[in-house]
Amino acid sequence: MAKFEPVLFARINKPDSTSLKTYMADGGYARIKEILSMAPVDVINVVKDAGLRGRGGAGFPCGLKWTFLPKDHPGPIYLCINADESEPGTFNNRILMEKDPHQLIEGIMIACHAIKSNNAYLYLRYEYGRSYRTLDAAIKECYAAGLLGKNIKGTGFNLDIVLHRGAGAYICGEETGLIESLEGKRAWPRIKPPFPAIEGLFRKPTIVNNVETLCCVTQILYRGKEWFQSIGVPPDPNNPRDPGSYGPKLYCVSGHVNKPCCVELPLGVTARELIEEHAGGVWKGRKAKAVVPGGISMGFFSEKEFDTKLDFAGPGKVGCLGLGTAAVVVIDDQTSMVDVLFNCCRFMSHESCGQCTPCREGTAWMTKILTRIRTGQGRLEDLDLLMEVAGSMGIIPGTTICGLSDGAAWPVKNAISKFRGDFEEYISSKRATVTSAQKLMEAH
Amino acid sequence: MATVTVNGKEVEIGASERLNCIQAASKVGVEIPAYCWHPALSVVASCRMCLVEVGDKKPDGTVAMQPKLVPGCQTPAKDGTVIISDSQKVKDARKATLEYLLLNHPLDCPTCDQAGECYLQDYSFNYGRGYSRLNEPKNIKPDKTYIGDQITLFTDRCIMCTRCVRFTREVSGSSELQVVSRGSHEEIDIFPGHPVNNPLAGNVVDLCPVGALCSKDFLYQQRVWWLKSQSSVCPGCSTGCSITVDQNEERVYRLHPRTNEKAQGHFMCDEGRFGWKYTHSDQRLTSPEVRTNGHVTSSDFDSVLASVRTALKKAAQGKGKVAAVLSPWMTVEEAYLLADFLKSLSGQVTLAMGPVRIEGKDDQFPKDVKGNVVEPVKFTIRAEKAPNRAGVEAVLSHFAGDVMPFEELLRLSSTGQFSAVYLVGGDPEGWISEIQAEAFSKIETVIVQDILSSPVLKHATHVLPSGTFVEREGVFVNHNGLAQLIRRSVRGPDGTRPDGRLLWELAERSGLIQTDTLRSEIAAAIPALAVISNAELKVNGVLLDETVVAV
Repeated sequence: MAKFEPVLFARINKPDSTSLKTYMADGGYARIKEILSMAPVDVINVVKDAGLRGRGGAGFPCGLKWTFLPKDHPGPIYLCINADESEPGTFNNRILMEKDPHQLIEGIMIACHAIKSNNAYLYLRYEYGRSYRTLDAAIKECYAAGLLGKNIKGTGFNLDIVLHRGAGAYICGEETGLIESLEGKRAWPRIKPPFPAIEGLFRKPTIVNNVETLCCVTQILYRGKEWFQSIGVPPDPNNPRDPGSYGPKLYCVSGHVNKPCCVELPLGVTARELIEEHAGGVWKGRKAKAVVPGGISMGFFSEKEFDTKLDFAGPGKVGCLGLGTAAVVVIDDQTSMVDVLFNCCRFMSHESCGQCTPCREGTAWMTKILTRIRTGQGRLEDLDLLMEVAGSMGIIPGTTICGLSDGAAWPVKNAISKFRGDFEEYISSKRATVTSAQKLMEAH
Repeated sequence: MATVTVNGKEVEIGASERLNCIQAASKVGVEIPAYCWHPALSVVASCRMCLVEVGDKKPDGTVAMQPKLVPGCQTPAKDGTVIISDSQKVKDARKATLEYLLLNHPLDCPTCDQAGECYLQDYSFNYGRGYSRLNEPKNIKPDKTYIGDQITLFTDRCIMCTRCVRFTREVSGSSELQVVSRGSHEEIDIFPGHPVNNPLAGNVVDLCPVGALCSKDFLYQQRVWWLKSQSSVCPGCSTGCSITVDQNEERVYRLHPRTNEKAQGHFMCDEGRFGWKYTHSDQRLTSPEVRTNGHVTSSDFDSVLASVRTALKKAAQGKGKVAAVLSPWMTVEEAYLLADFLKSLSGQVTLAMGPVRIEGKDDQFPKDVKGNVVEPVKFTIRAEKAPNRAGVEAVLSHFAGDVMPFEELLRLSSTGQFSAVYLVGGDPEGWISEIQAEAFSKIETVIVQDILSSPVLKHATHVLPSGTFVEREGVFVNHNGLAQLIRRSVRGPDGTRPDGRLLWELAERSGLIQTDTLRSEIAAAIPALAVISNAELKVNGVLLDETVVAV
């Protein structure tokens, strides 16, 4: 297979890639006037026909989401850009925002035009200081150049982008949590329906899109839907509900590899290819034991599943929750899965917003059980208890409002079903990996 | 009409009724347990206790069930909705949720005020598992003894249903309570220096489904299973909130609101909630007296009543006239008995309305941060601090033709045209000033029927200690013309008699007072009060004028 030429990342290594001047020199904003003169519904149809699926985690078809807005709404309609990239192991949005902010801004302009919105709120993770400064500078450049504000390029289209630094948490990346946080409230995800497309930010129709999705929108409008569909995996003919996984995707590879990286590849590469060809292999000459396919809430691949295609459908076929953010975290064979799972559970119990009972209590309980196992006081029946707890929480049995609980339960289900031997050996040997000092720290 | 199927049973719901699955199920007597849902608050669907299976019945009779469990509180019941709440899937989900709720709960039921009326206990018993599988230490959260002047928070008992938070945001509008921290370390708290001291604060205690928020007034006073409850009406203002009076061994321990959409809705104000203390005050009048030249010459009820009767008859047949002040704190029955008795003595008797205490303006809720009322108004504390002005006015209009205000009677009294006055008090905050009382100083016979001492007592020739609202039975008519029944919960202290019995005996009616019979008599005599003999009176009350919309 010929080497894939990056598109979203085409400009990131160029000198001064963040400035408007170089972006325009590379052909950016060249056709924006033409695109803004298209009928909004045509823009939506291009994106819809291209089969662009949301890059934020759930993989919902982007164009379809845009059509959920009420017809002939008097407005205002809002676009929220989800840049609260907080799934552990994910850093693709950060690179896009730090290295090529205008690609994103152009995507925002196109998306706002398509959904007839004149206000876009960019919800940026607080920790991304450099992204903030880059985006802030880029937005100011655009206002100065007449690319934002009133009557852009004489097309009569108005757009204001508000850059909002969240003081938030993991849950602010959930679309209704983000909306609540943007409204200045506690980021408790809302009950649905109504979905944000009907009643979102400030109780107005709202679309929430991920940064990478909007960058893809720019590329689709410039290169055409045929180009987009030439990349990636077509729909499974045996599954009529599969919309396919088209387009390029930014894979973040981290963990126990020689060269952690973020690479742009067509959807559908395998975890093994990512490790061997792009991340320089597993570190210290070891072998990989497990791989997180798309952020820890998606579960784990065991070694025999490394050849699973990392497209929107692939991870689901081997018992994972989905592709998620395509953040591949590699775990070497010297690492205990008990420790890995403890880390996942600790993160999720820390980040649970505390609204729904099963998630609030379940995540903390699982963490407590794993802490006990790690202090050498585990019992074999704890594994069944963990599985039962994990099985009774989440939006999939219907016991929670948002998906965080699924994401907290999935690694537990996967780790115990795929690596049960590891856990049993750990518990039977009464091994304690937690020193008393650590125990003290965890107690606090 | 819409048909909803609940566990195989079909129920019709009205076209205009907007019910959720919990409400629809309760129509066929199926309880769907819930913590966070409350009919007067917004839906958050966060406790996940009310999960049910829901489906749609297609016109061809097939049922398409949703694959996931859904919260009953959030799911509207529409035509064709199928609700299943007794499947194994639902039972397992409830069991799991209850186990989660009890994980960090201290299980200190033996010392918890809520025990006995606690939803955690009830639901655990009905739907939970009998033991906990938690082997680790529980989270310990510090108690917050000062959340408000009347409220204390046992943080570790809290199940984070956020009913209290939503109440302060949506009903009182004062937003004192909030959730702090995250995940299983979440707590309810106030912002430092802003305690829950709004006039509706006590409701958060009732709203709390567990023992987290407790009333300091009731804390450790009684185990709730010793309490006997009686439904009644709060006399604090003319809103006439439907309440329940809880007593044990002739002592009232608390009042709490009784849901009545015709009256006030779901809540009551703190003024009414804690405003019953005078009932057990040591300042109560407890000895009936006949005073001759400042000396007590008689002090047992029967002889005092006989003396009152003689004095009134004498005055009615003599030259001077008889006047009576009917208090807005009397029930309709009592007002009727007194007016009827005096009218039977003489057609010339003057009947006047007692003073109706007005304090400020109607206090409406919710309020925004600046104190402005936000529409729609959800609760009103009325300025008119009397429970039965409307009812007594109806009686007065019937007997006297019009309603003479208290000031007019005072003016007439000071002219010296009355030789006997019958004054009824009953307002615990006092109803007459020293100066006003002077109007009665020259009158030969001054009969005072009251619960507490007042300036007029020094001019009294006859004192009749009467009962408070928890010691009497009768009808109060609120600002909206809603007639509701107050019921006797406790026996008054020795030396007092409930007003009804006292007046019944004064009028020499035979036997014991039967308010039911008396109400039929009133209904027949006074057309404006014809509805008070309806059976509905004993439930949620009856509107005197059905065309008036409940507020």
